[in-house]
Amino acid sequence: MESARIDLPQGTLDLLILKTVALEPQHGWAISERVQQISSGVLHIQQGSLYPALHRLERRGWVKARWGTSENNRRAKFYELTGRGRKQLEAEESDWLRLTAAVAQVLGAS
Amino acid sequence: MLSDLANRCRALFRRRAVEAELDDELRFHREREIEKHLRAGRTHQQAVRLTRLAFGGLDQVKESCREARGVEPIETLLRDLAFGLRMLRGNPGFSVIAVLTLAIGIGANTALFSVVNGVLLKPLPFPHPEQLVGLHESKPNFATGSISYPNFRDWQQANRTFSAIAITRGTGYSLTGRGDAEQLRALAVSSDFFSLLGVKPLLGRSFARGEDEIGAAPSVLVSEAFWRRKLGAAPDVLGQSLTLDGKDFTILGVVPASFGLQRYRISHADLYVPIGLWDNPLLPNRAAGLGIHGIGRLAPGVTLAQARADMERVTRNLAAAYPEADKGIGATLVPLKDEVVGEVRPLLLLLLSAVGFVLLIACVNVANLLLARSTGRAGEFAVRTALGASRGRLVRQLLTESVLLAAAGGGLGVLMAAWGTRAALGALPAALPRADEVGLDARVLLFTLAVSLAAGVLFGLVPALRISRASWHQTLKEGGRGASGARHRAQNAFVVVEMATALVLLIGAGLMIRSLGKLWGVDPGFRPDQVLTASIALPPAMMAANADAVRGAWRVVDDRLTVVPGLVCSSLSWGAVPLASEDDLLFWIEGRPRPANENEMSWALRYIVEPGYLQTLRIPLLRGRFFDTHDGERSVPVAVVDELFAKQFFGDRDPLHQRINFNPGVNFADRAEIVGVVGHTKQWGLDADDRHTLRAQVYLPFMQLPDAAMALTARNAQVMMRFAPGAPVAEANVRRALAGISSEHEIYRAQAMTEIVSESLAARRFSMILLGCFALLALTLASIGIYGVTSYLVGQKTHEIGVRIALGARRIDVLRLVLGEGVRTAILGAAVGVLAALGLTRLMSGLLYGVSSTDPLTFARVVLVLISVTVAACYLPARRAMGIDPTLALRRE
Repeated sequence: MESARIDLPQGTLDLLILKTVALEPQHGWAISERVQQISSGVLHIQQGSLYPALHRLERRGWVKARWGTSENNRRAKFYELTGRGRKQLEAEESDWLRLTAAVAQVLGAS
Repeated sequence: MLSDLANRCRALFRRRAVEAELDDELRFHREREIEKHLRAGRTHQQAVRLTRLAFGGLDQVKESCREARGVEPIETLLRDLAFGLRMLRGNPGFSVIAVLTLAIGIGANTALFSVVNGVLLKPLPFPHPEQLVGLHESKPNFATGSISYPNFRDWQQANRTFSAIAITRGTGYSLTGRGDAEQLRALAVSSDFFSLLGVKPLLGRSFARGEDEIGAAPSVLVSEAFWRRKLGAAPDVLGQSLTLDGKDFTILGVVPASFGLQRYRISHADLYVPIGLWDNPLLPNRAAGLGIHGIGRLAPGVTLAQARADMERVTRNLAAAYPEADKGIGATLVPLKDEVVGEVRPLLLLLLSAVGFVLLIACVNVANLLLARSTGRAGEFAVRTALGASRGRLVRQLLTESVLLAAAGGGLGVLMAAWGTRAALGALPAALPRADEVGLDARVLLFTLAVSLAAGVLFGLVPALRISRASWHQTLKEGGRGASGARHRAQNAFVVVEMATALVLLIGAGLMIRSLGKLWGVDPGFRPDQVLTASIALPPAMMAANADAVRGAWRVVDDRLTVVPGLVCSSLSWGAVPLASEDDLLFWIEGRPRPANENEMSWALRYIVEPGYLQTLRIPLLRGRFFDTHDGERSVPVAVVDELFAKQFFGDRDPLHQRINFNPGVNFADRAEIVGVVGHTKQWGLDADDRHTLRAQVYLPFMQLPDAAMALTARNAQVMMRFAPGAPVAEANVRRALAGISSEHEIYRAQAMTEIVSESLAARRFSMILLGCFALLALTLASIGIYGVTSYLVGQKTHEIGVRIALGARRIDVLRLVLGEGVRTAILGAAVGVLAALGLTRLMSGLLYGVSSTDPLTFARVVLVLISVTVAACYLPARRAMGIDPTLALRRE
């Protein structure tokens, strides 16, 4: 089962994080669970690499962080999408769709 | 963008808070993960293990987060600094030695650079100084001769490339009617002088055009210092008059104290008078050489070459118009800055490079210390490497430490320099032009900063690279001893560099010392000891008196001087003074064809003296007789010449009873008969006299000065006095004696002749002392270096030496082993140094006298000194090695 997982292609982690927090503010652990859940366990995210990515996105102003209370009543850091983050997400999403469509087309043509 | 900045700042300044937040965030994550696994029914241990696997190394994650926040470089720097400070504090002995070594090196560099900056780099303190040139008449055998007043006026009229030109002549006045009579230093200038230099009077105005003509109404500008000292800084001095040499001069203005160039012909004066008022009957004479020199300001956009071409045209036309006086006369133009500081430039650059070498040695020494210290730290760095620190990270840490050291050294160095510069300049005020402009300014501090940083990187880089290159598992296996072989090679290379550098400096200093020694041994042609020279001015009333009255007054002075305690003999003098002031005349030998114009006449130095002169200066009489009291104003005009004059103009023939014709109109007498030949005195200095073209000397009797000239001497004549051995050479005694005649006789500017001789070598001595200090410093640092390395070596080889002793080696063998290593290194360093010196000392040959830049004696002596010092430095550790107890040494392993 472990071998069935795919390592995340370079640069897609940001996209996944943005997509995940687009629905509602989330803390880091929830983001990692959510990504794994949605991708049905196929994508393997080294949990540690999530946090540098979050901090990088925060620095770029695409997400903003604030401390809140988690579902089990503990203090947690929540990340939410900013306006600029939303635009970035749209752009990256459409880029991704065009890329995968093109790749699929090439693969299907052979 | 702003939020990013805020974030970075927050991360930087509230580091602790940010770190805590990061901890909280990551802890929350791990707790949730563990909870998840527990809920899935795993044991606590399993849950923790799975969490750690999924999460990865906590420290790496944290480091990546910090990096992601983008404050990494600054923060790392701060951490490195903090760590470096801790390291340095933890090892105070090392830190103190390193900082002191660097402080000396950087301090010496800062001090010298502040001198170079003040003297050579700073522009002259006038607006658009690059337009200023020094102006002189070029004469057939003299490039920078004086400009005659009529020629100046024609140059002024005819040139097309200058916005203005002006002339100056130093002179003096005796001030009466305002307290005690006082002799004042004055500068006679033409009217454009101040406006040309961009100097605005503090009060009043400067001279207007025409006020500098011969016969204009007497006017004067006073210096700010004089105005404050003598005139009480009164604002209403304008229009008042000053009585100078018995004549009333109207005060036009006050010249600010900031004006003037130290040690140059426009240095600070008390008074500035129009050149036309300078009371010399020869002023209107086109051929007279009266010590007048010029300054010009090039018109905007004009190059020096264009101005030279222009003046070529002007002087050619003048030579055509006045062949008698101006044939062969051209104009010499020198950029003013070159004229002011050109002479000391090579010297200062030599010293700057010498002091650079000292810093190099200091750096190498500290690098050596760092290398030695790395023994203890090899383990530390191996552990850090094993834990994942990159090589770059380690090098950066080490460089931060060395730059910290250099910064501390630099800070201390600046303090040392501030003190040292003042001390050096205070001790040798006469040696340097523009010395008053030397100081620490922004440029000097910037230089120090750059030097400190460069030094830090220089001495830090090699040890840092070497340590970080060491393979960490090897080091850990060896138990922290590290790659000792490689380090030892590096230390040896360092010592070779130090020795070679020290040798170059020692040879440079040695050559300077030999030169100075040779110069001190040079016979100036007279005996300066126990001789005092001074200027004497007769009372102002005498300045309008006739020649006979003046002659009488001087005879009274001569008589009076005999009561000065300890005075053996004396002579008035009105021409050149050896090593101090110059005067010359044009002549032709009677019986030879009369030259068509003045430029075909011969030149000689002129000394106008009394019978006691020869005895006073102890100049040997070679033939005939010297003057006696019978050579008075009513007897036959006589002259005495020096041996060079005799040889140059008479060859093997007898000069006695030959007659010399003097250039009519320019000189005072018409002709004189040669009655004696005396030894040559070195007018142009102990070193420069041989190279000078004008060396032949003529002596004329003071009392035979023609009337017009005699009247002028009332203003000031020189007096030379010899005192008995052991008697005080005191100006005060002379002053007291003169006061016996009248309170208006003045004596001023007294100076011992030995002082004049010594001053003529001041620049040389200054550089020799400095170079000597630098060389000693270099030698000390280098011997500390070799001592350190040898001590280290003995420490390393304790085991080996113990084994040798146990196997029966004698103490002398041990000594030979240790000394041999040190001496081998020293010899290698000396060999490299000799080669370098052979190349480098050639550059200083212009500063040497009587010794070749590759003088074998100096080289041999210095090599010997170096090797002796090395042996001495190695002896202490060698003795330690001899005392090694084999059982202890072997047990220690």
